[in-house]
Amino acid sequence: MTGQTTGATLLEASGLSVTFDGYRAIRNLSFAIGERELRAIIGPNGAGKTTFMDIITGKTRPDEGRVLWGPLSRSLLAMNEAQIARIGIGRKFQRPTVFEDQTVRENLIMALKAPRSPFAVLRWKPRRPDLDRTETLATQVGLGQALSRKSGELSHGQKQWLEIGMLLAQEPKLLLVDEPAAGMTLAEREQTTTLLTELAKTRAVVVVEHDMEFVRRLNCRVTVLHEGSVLAEGSLDHVTANPQVIEVYLGR
Amino acid sequence: MKHSFFAKNPSVLLFLACLALFTIAVTVMSEAWGLSLIPTSFVKTLGKTLCLCLVALAMDLIWGFTGILSLGHMAFFAIGGYMIGMWLMYARTEEIVILSLANSPLPATPEEIRQGITSQIFGVVGSSELPPIWSFAHSLPLQLLLVLLVPGLLALVFGWLAFRSRVTGVYLSILTQAMTLTLALWLFQNDSGLRGNNGLSGLQNIPGLGQTSQDVISIWLFLASALALALGYLLLSSITSGKFGSVIRAIRDDETRMRFLGYPVESYKLFVFTLAALIAAIAGALYYPQAGIINPAELAPIASIYLAVWVAIGGRGQLWGAVLGAALVSLLSSWFTGGRAPDLPLGFYTIKWVDWWLILLGLGFVCVTLFAPQGLAGLLQRLAGPLTPRRGGAPLGPDPGALQEKEARE
Repeated sequence: MTGQTTGATLLEASGLSVTFDGYRAIRNLSFAIGERELRAIIGPNGAGKTTFMDIITGKTRPDEGRVLWGPLSRSLLAMNEAQIARIGIGRKFQRPTVFEDQTVRENLIMALKAPRSPFAVLRWKPRRPDLDRTETLATQVGLGQALSRKSGELSHGQKQWLEIGMLLAQEPKLLLVDEPAAGMTLAEREQTTTLLTELAKTRAVVVVEHDMEFVRRLNCRVTVLHEGSVLAEGSLDHVTANPQVIEVYLGR
Repeated sequence: MKHSFFAKNPSVLLFLACLALFTIAVTVMSEAWGLSLIPTSFVKTLGKTLCLCLVALAMDLIWGFTGILSLGHMAFFAIGGYMIGMWLMYARTEEIVILSLANSPLPATPEEIRQGITSQIFGVVGSSELPPIWSFAHSLPLQLLLVLLVPGLLALVFGWLAFRSRVTGVYLSILTQAMTLTLALWLFQNDSGLRGNNGLSGLQNIPGLGQTSQDVISIWLFLASALALALGYLLLSSITSGKFGSVIRAIRDDETRMRFLGYPVESYKLFVFTLAALIAAIAGALYYPQAGIINPAELAPIASIYLAVWVAIGGRGQLWGAVLGAALVSLLSSWFTGGRAPDLPLGFYTIKWVDWWLILLGLGFVCVTLFAPQGLAGLLQRLAGPLTPRRGGAPLGPDPGALQEKEARE
């Protein structure tokens, strides 16, 4: 079944267009997601999935269109990456990026939701609630025993989990996840699916994924991108029945 | 986590103890207060070395910890020197002028004194007007304020422009170098108001202390430099050990990721750049009264490159490494270039160290970069113990990598 949009609209993008050196990566793309919703974005390579994420997180500026955020409909296009992250958009990259030179604890403490300005950070002292939260998060992602270890010593899978822990520590309202299933074992995929559906109960989660089997497990609304715009939207069964989708994405 | 700062950072206490021992030893052996084993000129060299160690700490903060290779921080050092030098020279000349006018039949008017000072200081560049930038030179507190304000504001404005446009890496290095060169070229001009290429001189004579011998003054300045180094070390180690240190190291390693974590990377860079400039300026203000003279050649880009070499040889990202590198290389440098190193006759060719020192230094730099990227500090740490971090406590299991007691408790 399809997870319906719940709550008010959290993010609304409309009429987005981006051109890179004459190549139109995104054309007139519109997208909206509710406050507590899980959404999968699928599409072949070059469909504009990553570019779309880049626009939302402030990495790329669109040539046209607008992106509005929250009940106050603030425009995200006027903000830089750090400001967008601070209003509550977290992004998980495909390749795990943790700070390998620092311990698991230091990584988590940096990610904890707290004032980010240099002066606030200078004054910051480790207090009980912060340390407890760090420990809870570490335990949640299976790193409770590894708090004092350098994160560079962790295995690939553990780094993925540390990064997820860091995302949770940020307490984002919208979570963008790029190909979470890539390079994961079957058991890890199941764990990830459970986590993502769990998270989507309290916030919006957007998953960009290639793997149809994984998307089916997520059991959510699906947006199909093709050549930079939305080709179809609805439940997985609905979109896979769409002849256009079959033609461009599923092949044959 | 309830330990004090020193318990968590034992190396800070060790460093401060070493510095204190060194300071006491030099004082006891000085000509002023002790056994006269160390000549006053060498006390001055040591005092200057301590100032160079302080500016190396600033360089380590900005390069070793934050990953910004600034080739401009010796400019802030020199500006600090110029700012204190203006007061030293003005007040000292004022004393001389008042003394020489004391014999005239009528008491000297303030205007006459002012004229006397101007002609004394600026006669050499053919100017009879006191340039406006000397407006505060009569007052020590104001000029001390300028020691911080001028480099601080310059760093703030320059850094804001550079970081806001997201200039990074080698481009930023070139930009900072261009800033240094521009300043030096401006100072070389006579109408800069700072005596052009003559610079400021006679800075070793502290106004009001005409009767005090240089032996005593040199020790006071030496002690002041040691105190400044100790305070600078404490400040920087407290900054770099906490969450702030964590954040700047993370910016060094992956600034894009830090942006997505919500950190205003540019503000951090600007903060660190300016703080390092302020520390450099203080170091410069202590250095030049011991050197006695400052001229625009001190701002040459090569000075800032030396600074980077000291920190690289000593060990980036390790505060005591930067101090070690600056002390070792600058002392060796003054030994080799001072003509005190014996020539090395090879039969067919005699190596004169005055000429060959730079080549030796260059080779040393290349070797460190290739074979010991962590610098001397990294080498010493490797000698002192195994590469794995000391984890404390006894192992809880039979395997070599088993959790240690301390980890299990945490």
